[in-house]
This record gives sequence, structure tokens and C-alpha cells, in this order.
Amino acid sequence: MGLGQILAKRIGYGLILLIAVVVLNFTLITIAPGDVADSIAGDMGGADAEVLAEIRSRYGLDQPFAVQLGRYISSIAALDLGYSYFYNAPVTELILQRLPATLLLVFSSQILAIAVGLLLGVMAARKPNSFTNLIVTFLSLFGFAAPVFWTGILLIILFVAIWPVFPVGGMMSALLIDAPWYEQWVNIAYHLVLPMVTLASIYLALYSRLTRASMQEVLGSDYVRTARAKGLAENKVFYKHALKNSLGPLVTVAGLQFSAVISGAVVVEAVFSWPGLGTLALQSILARDTPTIMGILFFSSLVVIVVNILTDMALRMIDPRIRAD
Amino acid sequence: MSDPLLAVSDLVVDFKTRAGNARVLDHISLSVNEGEILGIVGESGCGKSMTALSIMGLIPDPPGKITSGSIKLSGQELVGMGVDDLCKIRGKDIGMIFQEPMTSLNPVFTVGEQIAESVRLHEGASAKAAHARAVDMLEAVEIPEAATRAHAYPYQLSGGMRQRVMIAMALACRPRVLIADEPTTALDTTVQAQIFDLLQNLQDEMGTAIIMITHDMGAIAELADNVAVMYAGSIVEMGKVDNVLSHPDHTYTKGLIACVPHLSTSPGPVRERLMEIEGVVPALTDLGKGCAFAPRCNAVLPRCSSDKPELIATQENHLAACWAAEAEMAE
Repeated sequence: MGLGQILAKRIGYGLILLIAVVVLNFTLITIAPGDVADSIAGDMGGADAEVLAEIRSRYGLDQPFAVQLGRYISSIAALDLGYSYFYNAPVTELILQRLPATLLLVFSSQILAIAVGLLLGVMAARKPNSFTNLIVTFLSLFGFAAPVFWTGILLIILFVAIWPVFPVGGMMSALLIDAPWYEQWVNIAYHLVLPMVTLASIYLALYSRLTRASMQEVLGSDYVRTARAKGLAENKVFYKHALKNSLGPLVTVAGLQFSAVISGAVVVEAVFSWPGLGTLALQSILARDTPTIMGILFFSSLVVIVVNILTDMALRMIDPRIRAD
Repeated sequence: MSDPLLAVSDLVVDFKTRAGNARVLDHISLSVNEGEILGIVGESGCGKSMTALSIMGLIPDPPGKITSGSIKLSGQELVGMGVDDLCKIRGKDIGMIFQEPMTSLNPVFTVGEQIAESVRLHEGASAKAAHARAVDMLEAVEIPEAATRAHAYPYQLSGGMRQRVMIAMALACRPRVLIADEPTTALDTTVQAQIFDLLQNLQDEMGTAIIMITHDMGAIAELADNVAVMYAGSIVEMGKVDNVLSHPDHTYTKGLIACVPHLSTSPGPVRERLMEIEGVVPALTDLGKGCAFAPRCNAVLPRCSSDKPELIATQENHLAACWAAEAEMAE
């Protein structure tokens, strides 16, 4: 089977999975106590049964469950995620406004974590008794042990009180609202540093350790000895023959961790007031803004499913043995 | 007489282990000339593979280290040579094939790429020329549809095919010496015979000297010109293959030969018992003063446990390190 066919198959599975996620989300939200009508009535300062019934019929909440579910799925298929009465805006619009900020944070932190983790892991595997190895050991213990909100708060303290070089909140300086795009981008990158480092810290620890372990294993293998027996220089043995073989575990774990990265982003966004989906999710949960919550769940599952497909394809590119299945 | 192609003399290799210093090679001397096949036999853990790795300069360091001795390729000293210079000899002048064809090829590159890599490295050939050579080599090792197979990944080939690929890779730059470290141990008997035939044919063609490490006494008898028998890091007997196999002097060699099972065409009422040498190879960290084989020997003399025997000429072109053999000779 060619890579194209496999990709098509994986996308098909992904769609089925996405529908399952939608059904599950909808069911969970529906069986949870309280609904939009209660919430609106609460905001109005109370309402009698008649008003509640009217609100429910306006939002279609008096229909049977199956009908509501069917309507929801068909509206999602039309890319309409409903209307948020809390923000007074269509949910799709709300999410699309916030999504780029979150994607920027999530992808930049993952790229940072993978790049630095890979480098540190390879260096540590190469010289098991070196200083680098010590750093990797320390980093991985620290990264695993420190909760991400704590790292974030420490960084805020550091960069507010002790060494104020990086902005600790927001995404772009309000003064730049009319500035040319490149000035805005530089400013965004500047604001990105701390949240990105914070979110990357956990995964950096994980990836460097993983790379070190898989490199060490690969370095003891017979084909590495063969590569040396061929007369290849150590650098070539390392970066060509060994590294390609030890990428598999890293790619697998990075793909699997992606959903955790998104939930980590919620915390980091809250700590650094980063205007992404996480902040939106938090606010809409507090406001019981059901359409927005479900919209966010839908988009995050979509992102996770896409990343998983990409991971799968990357693994097949790296290892011909997986490609064959 | 001119220098032999490859001469190892008085080679000592030590490994630092938790249990103390292990002398894995103890004053090994051997040599091989152009077009010759030298067999090295012995049980597992006797230092056969270590001998091969020392010649390649691939002893894992730490914990291993060449303590003393010399390895000369056409008079050029390899011990103490810089890594960069060694890399120019490995794969070019000395090729090596390993015991495990299943794991000795890199799973993520095609076999063609892996053979071509050597050629590009040592001969500076273009990618195209190197690939063409890879296909030629695959043909030389009798892989059918070589041009197609060059694009196969190792997992798509059987064990025998992979070992052929290994041989093609090791011989791609026409090395003067080929070290074959148990090249057939992991293969079926029929495939073993094919691989041995192939090695012999290629050797006839290219005139490569081969150091053949094996458990297989039959293969030694058929292929090798000379044989060295190793035990616990030392060579205990060495000489022309016919002579050593027909008139072994060392008790260990006699034991090894007796262990070869016979095929009998008319099985009698009682099956012939399989022979074995009682006991196991001793730990290299606590070798006593005497002969390392003494605890397992069935012809042991009083002095065997106190003095270590040296290799002496027991017959023409035939050395053995055994007090019993020496005593017999004296009579």
C-alpha cells in the first residue's frame, strides 16, 4: 500500500473518530445537571417556570435528545458550531479568533522542546560521563517534578522583579495596534518567549531523556558496529546511522503527548494571560457557555487527530518496516 | 621471507570489569598471507571475536584496551594509529562480516545505499557510480535480480540474503583482508554451505586473505589453510589445517574434534552418544597461574596447575601449548 492510500485511510478513520468525539461531548454536556436555560435565568436574576420553558423552546432544548444531537452534528458539518449567548458571537468566529494564538504557543513550544531535547539527548548519549549528561539528568528530573503553573509563576517573578527583559503577560503591546505587520510580529515573538519556554520545559525534559535512552540503545546495536567497521567517521555513525533509528520513539511520544500539550497550554495561557483557546475555555466553562465549550472540545480534538495522522505518516517515512503495513 | 599481509604479534587486550581486570587476549600471535584462509576456532568467550575487533580497532574503549603487542598490515602498524587513519583502513583494506545478519544491517536504509556508502566513502565515487558498484557486488554474491534488490530494505530479505549483502558490503572496496566472524552461525545448514562456497569463490577471484572465525570444525577442514585454536584468550594450538585436525596435540583440540557429531547411515541398536568437553570456559578475571584448560583436561599433569605452557613446535608447521604434548614429544 502506498503512502497516499494509507493517508486516505487514516483520514477516514480520523473522521469517524471525530464524529464519535462530537457524540460523546454532546451526550456528556446534555446529561450534566443544569442547562443554558438555567444559566440564562440565573443571569436574569431568576425566572419562573414559564420563562424557562420559553427559553428552552427557543434554543430547541425541549426536543428529544436524538433530534438535538442530529441537529448539532448537521450544523457542525456545515461548520456552524452554534451561537454563544455569553459573548454574543458565533462560536466558530470566537474560536477562529483565538485558535492562532494557541496554535502558535503549542507548536512553537513543541518545536523548541523537540529541537533542544533531541540535541541534548544526542550529546548526552554520546558522552555518558560528560557535563551534558549531568544537565540532561538534572533537567529531566526538574522538568518532570515541577508543575507547569509553578514554573510559569517562577518565571514571572524572575522577569518582573529581578530581570525585566521579557514581557510576562499578553500577546502584543496595545500600542502597536496600527503598526506595520512586521513590527507586530516581532512584538508577538517577544511576548511568546516566556509562555513558550514554560510550556516547553516539561516536554524538553521528556524528549531529552527519551532521545538519550533510544540513542544509547541504538549505539549498542550490531548495525552501528557495522557502520564503524565500514570506516565511517564517528559523526557519520552518530548522525546518520544511529539518529535516524532512534527518532521513532521521540516522534511517537511527541505525537501522543500532543493532547497533553493542549491542556498544558490552558494553564500556561491562564498564567501569562495569553489570549488563546485556553483562556476562552476557562471563561466559557465558568459562564456555562455550552456551545463555546463544545466548540473548543471539537477544535482541540480536530487538532489532536490531525497531529496523530501527521505523526503516523512521519513514522512511516522514517522507518520502512512500518511503511509496509 | 617477505612480511605477511597481516601479522598480529604478542597482542594483549585487557578489559576492566567490576570483578577485576580480565585479560581477554593473552599474547596472541598469528599471521595470514595473501590468498590464505586462516581459521580460528574455540568455544564462545575464548577471544575469537575480540581478536577480530582488535584488528579492526573496534575494541570498545572503555572498558577494553590494547595493553601491548602489535598488529601490522603489510608492515604498517595499526596499534596506536589515530582514529581518522584507522577509518581509512576499515572497510577499505580490511573488511568484516558479522555473526548476526538479521541485526547487522541498518533497518532504515536500503541495502544498495548501505553498500554504496562504503564505495563513496573510500573511493570518492559519485552516487551513481557507487550505486552501480553496489548492484555489481550484489550480483557477485549471487543475489538474483540484483538491480531490484538494491532498493530493498533489510527486513525484506531472508537471513541468507542479508549475509550475502553483508559480504557484498565488506568486499565492495576489494579489501586485502576479510574477517568473517562466525558468518554462518545464525543460518540454516544448507544456507551455511552456500555462504562458505560463496566466500571460497570470491576469495579465488579476488585473492583476499580471510580470517574465518567459526565453531564449525567441518567448515574449517574444508576451507582453511591454517587453523588457530583459542582457549580462554590464548592460542593453544596452531598449524596447517590437515595436520592439526588429523594429529591434534592439545587435549582441548582433541576434545573439540571429538565433539563433532557423526552422521551414521545405518543406525545401530544403540545410538552413539554425543561427545562434550566437561565444564565451561573459566572466567577471565580469575585465571590461575597454570594452564587455563587444566580443570577440564582429562590428561592433566602435576605441573599443569602451576606453570602456564608456551606454544612450542610439536610437529612440522604445528605449534601447541600443552605440557602433556611436550612430555609425549620428549619420550
